[in-house]
Amino acid sequence: MRDLLWLVPLLPLLGVLANGLLVGRRASEKTVAWIACGSSGAAAVLALGVIADYLRSMSPRPFDLHLWDWMSPGALPTGGGGGGPVNLSIGFGLLLDPLSVVMLFVVTFVGFWIHLYSVGYMAGEPGFRRYFTYLNLFLVAMLVLVLGDGYASMFLGWEGVGLCSYLLIGFYFDRESAADAGRKAFIVNRIGDFALLAGLFALAGRFGTLQFAEIGSQIAASAEALRAPYVLGLSFAGFVALCLFLGATGKSAQIPLYIWLPDAMAGPTPVSALIHAATMVTAGVYLVVRSNAIFQLAPGISALVAWVGAATALVAAGFALVQTDLKKVLAYSTISQLGYMFLAAGLGAYAAAIFHLATHAFFKALLFLAAGAVIHALGGEQDLRRMGGLWTRLPRTARAFGIGALAIAGILPFAGFWSKDAILSAAAASGSSGHWILYAIGLTTAGLTAFYMFRAFALAFLGSFRGDPKSEHHLHEAPWTMALPLFVLAVGAVAAGWLGIPEALGGENRFGRFLEPVVVKFSGRAPAEHSGLSQAAEIGGMALALALAVAAILLALRIYRAGPERGAAIARRFPRLHSVLANKAWVDEIYDATIVRGTWGLSRLAAKFDAGAIDRGLVEGAGRLTVFGAWISGLFDRHVVDGLVNFSAWLLDRFSRSLRRVQTGAVSNYAFALALSAFVLVCLYAVWR
Amino acid sequence: MSFLAAHGGAILFYLFAGLALAGAVGVVTWKSPMNGALSLLVTFLAVAALFLLRHAGFVGIVQIFVYGGGIMVLFLFVIMLVNLNRLEASERVWRQTPWALLLSLLFAGVVGVVARANWAGVSTSGSAERLRTFGGEVVGNPQALAGDLFRNYLLPFEIASLFLLVAMIGAVVLGRRE
Amino acid sequence: MSLANVWNVGTEHYLALSLLLFGIGLFGVINRRNLITILMSIELMLNAVNLNLVAFSYQRGDLLGQVFTVFTITVAAGEAAVGLGILLAMFRLRQTTRVDSAQELEG
Repeated sequence: MRDLLWLVPLLPLLGVLANGLLVGRRASEKTVAWIACGSSGAAAVLALGVIADYLRSMSPRPFDLHLWDWMSPGALPTGGGGGGPVNLSIGFGLLLDPLSVVMLFVVTFVGFWIHLYSVGYMAGEPGFRRYFTYLNLFLVAMLVLVLGDGYASMFLGWEGVGLCSYLLIGFYFDRESAADAGRKAFIVNRIGDFALLAGLFALAGRFGTLQFAEIGSQIAASAEALRAPYVLGLSFAGFVALCLFLGATGKSAQIPLYIWLPDAMAGPTPVSALIHAATMVTAGVYLVVRSNAIFQLAPGISALVAWVGAATALVAAGFALVQTDLKKVLAYSTISQLGYMFLAAGLGAYAAAIFHLATHAFFKALLFLAAGAVIHALGGEQDLRRMGGLWTRLPRTARAFGIGALAIAGILPFAGFWSKDAILSAAAASGSSGHWILYAIGLTTAGLTAFYMFRAFALAFLGSFRGDPKSEHHLHEAPWTMALPLFVLAVGAVAAGWLGIPEALGGENRFGRFLEPVVVKFSGRAPAEHSGLSQAAEIGGMALALALAVAAILLALRIYRAGPERGAAIARRFPRLHSVLANKAWVDEIYDATIVRGTWGLSRLAAKFDAGAIDRGLVEGAGRLTVFGAWISGLFDRHVVDGLVNFSAWLLDRFSRSLRRVQTGAVSNYAFALALSAFVLVCLYAVWR
Repeated sequence: MSFLAAHGGAILFYLFAGLALAGAVGVVTWKSPMNGALSLLVTFLAVAALFLLRHAGFVGIVQIFVYGGGIMVLFLFVIMLVNLNRLEASERVWRQTPWALLLSLLFAGVVGVVARANWAGVSTSGSAERLRTFGGEVVGNPQALAGDLFRNYLLPFEIASLFLLVAMIGAVVLGRRE
Repeated sequence: MSLANVWNVGTEHYLALSLLLFGIGLFGVINRRNLITILMSIELMLNAVNLNLVAFSYQRGDLLGQVFTVFTITVAAGEAAVGLGILLAMFRLRQTTRVDSAQELEG
C-alpha cells in the first residue's frame, strides 16, 4: 500500500486538471464539487491506507520513494568546505516517516473536510470552479511539501503553496483590499524564501545533496566540523539554521515577517481555515523540526528561535485582544499559536511542537469554519460589535465555536490543553538560560489566549443581537455541507490531544514516542521533552495553567457578555496601551515608511537611470552613431562610387564624341579610309620582308 | 627602218601607255561623266593593245569585247538614262583632295619599291612561245588558253558562270521599276 | 632590270604603268562625288590589275596569269552591272547620283 504513496499528491492534481482544463465554463457547481471533493477525499482515504500500512509494519525505517533525478550537475567547482570536491545531485521523491505521517494525516484529513465545507460556503459564487481548482492545487503543493524526501522537493511544495496562497487570498481580485493582500503575502513570503534558498545552497554546497536521509547521515559523521566558524561569526550549522529560520518566519508569520497574515483574511474563510491556520503556515514549523539536527548543532540560533517564538506569541495575543473583526482575532491567534510551536522547537521539544501543530490544526480550522458559518449566516458581517445573541439563533455553529474556543484556551480535557502543557513543561524543564522567562511568557500568553478567545465568543454569541435588521433577517443555520465538517473537526478538537497524554498523568505519550525517531540524538545532549520534570512539578504546572485559563475565561465572559461597552470602557482607562495594540504597534506603517518606500525610491532611481543614461544615452547614442555612419557611407557612395561611375561615363562621352567624327556617312571618306588601311598593310608587309 | 624594227615594240608600248594614262586622267578629271566615259573607253582600248603587245591575244580581244563593247555601253546607257549631262558643279570633296593625291602617289611608290626589291637576278624579257603552246604543240594563244582553262580550271570557270547568272538576276531586280 | 632602260621594254615598265593607272583610279574613287565617276575609276583600277597579271604571265611564260585575267574581267563585268543597277535605284530614290546625298548613317 505504501508504494502508492505517489498517488496521494497525484489525485488532487488530477482534480486540478479536470476542473481547470476539462470542465466547461457552464458546468454545474455539482460537477465541480464532486471532482474537487472526490479527488481530495480519495487522497485522504488513500493517505489513511498508506499510514495504516506504515503503522502496521512498525518499521522504524523511513520509506523513501525516490521518483526521479532532478538535477545532477556533477562536481562542484568549490570544495565541500574542508572536505574534498563535492558531486552535486538533486533528486525528487517522497518520504514516509513518523513526521511526514503526522503531517500527511493532518493535511489530507483537514483538507478534505474543508473542501466539503467550501461547497456550501462558496455556493453561488461566480468563481466557484476557479476556487476549487486553486484549492486542489494547494493540496497538491502542500502534500509535496510535507512528503518530500529532500529540501528540493520540499521547496517545490513550499513555493507551490505560496503561489496558491496568493491566488486564493486574492480570490476576490476585483476588491482592492484582496488584491493588495495577495501581493503582500507573496512578497513577504519571497523575502523569507530568499533566506531559505541561501540556506539550501549552503547545504547543497557542503553536502552535495539535499536529501534528508543523506544530509542526516553526513551531519552525524561530521558534527564537530559543522560547529566550526563559517561566516558572519556563525558556524556552518548556525548559518544554515538562521537561514532556514528566516524562511520559516516568512511562511509561518513570525516576527518580523508576520504582517501578511492579518491582511490575508480578505480571502474566503475556508481558505483562511485551511491555509492560514491548519496547513501552510505550519510549514515553517515542519521545516525546523525536519532540520532539527542542524538546529541542535546551533544552540545560539535555537535560542533565537525560542525567543522569537515567545515574543511573537505574546505580541500577537496582545493584538488579538483589541481586534473588532472576528477573522482578525483568529488571524492573530494563529500567529500567536505558531509562536508557541517555535518556542517549543527552539527549546528542542520538537515532538511537542508538532503535537501542538496537529491539535492547533483541528481547533483553529474549527474556529475559522464556525466563524465562517457565522459570517455566512449574517450575509457577510464580520464585525464583532455588530453581532451578538447568536447562541440561540445559530445553536450548532455556536456550540462548535465554543468547543474550539475551549480547546484553544487549554481547558481539560480538550486537545489544546495537552499540547500547550507539553510546551510549557518543556520551557520549565529546559536547561537554556532564561527559560523561566520563556515559561512566564508562555503562561501569560495562555491566559491572554483564553481571554481574547472568549471575548470574541461572548461578543458574537452572547447578549443581544446588535447588528442591522438586514443581517438579522438573513440568519439561517448552515447547510449540511458546512455543518458536517464542523462536527468532525469538533470531535478532533476534543479528542486529538489524547494521543499525547504524558506519563505524568498516566498516559503513554504515544505521540511523543511516535515522533522520537525523527529527532536526531547527539551524544551528550538529550532533547528536552517531558523528561527532567518531576511528576509533581508537571502536575503543578498543568494545574497552574488550567486555573489561569479558567480565570481568564470567566473574566472575559463577565466583561463582554452584554456587549462591547464595558470592554471599551476598560480600554479607555489605558489609552496609550490600547492605542499601541489597536494600531498593531504601527509595524505595517514602519515597514512601509522604510522598506517599501526605500524600494520604491531605488526603483525610481533605477528607472531614471534607465531612461536617462541607457535609453537616452546608449540607445539614442547608438542611433545617432548609426545615422552618422550612414551619412559618411552616403558621402562615400555619392562622391567616390558615383564619382567613379560618372567619371567613366564622362570619359566614354568624350571619347565617343571624338570617335563619332569618323562616321561621316560619306562614302568617299570611307573609301579613303579603306585605301589608307590597305596602304598601311602594304607598308607593314614591306617592312617585314 | 631597222630602227623601227628594232624599237617598234617599245615605241608602240609608249604610245599606248601614254594613251592609257591620258584616258585615265581624263576619267577622273572631266566634270561631265559622258566625257569621262569616253575617256575610259580610250583607256580600255589602249590597255587592250598593251595586252596584245604581251602576246595575250585572247585576253586582249576579250578586253575589247567585254569592256569596250559591254561595260562601256552599259555605262553610257545609264548615263543617258539618268540624264547626267547637266552635272551639278561637283565641288571636290572637302579637304580630302591633297590627301588623296598624296596617298595615291605613296601607294604607287611603295608598291614599286617593294616590287623592285624582290627582283634580283630575274629576267624580265619573257617569252611568247610558251604562251602559245599546248600539249607540246604550238597551237596559238586562244587554244592554249582554252586547253588550260577547261582542263585545269574548270571549277572556277563554272563558278564564274554561276556568278554571272547571279549578277544578271541582281541587275534585273535592281533595275526594275516599281 | 631597270626602268631607265628605255628601249628594252620589260615587265617593270608594264608594272610602272599599272601602278600609275591604279593610283589614278584610286584617286578617282576617293575623291570624286559622282557615283558614275567612282564606278568608272573602279574599272580603271581593275584594268591596271589585269595589266599587271598579263605582264607577269608573259615573263613567267605561264598561262596562269591570263586565266586569272579572264576571271577578273568576268567579275568586273558582273560588278559593273550590279553597281549600275544600284545607281539606278538610288537615282530613282533621290533624283541624284551624288554619293554624299546618302549620309543618313553618319554618327
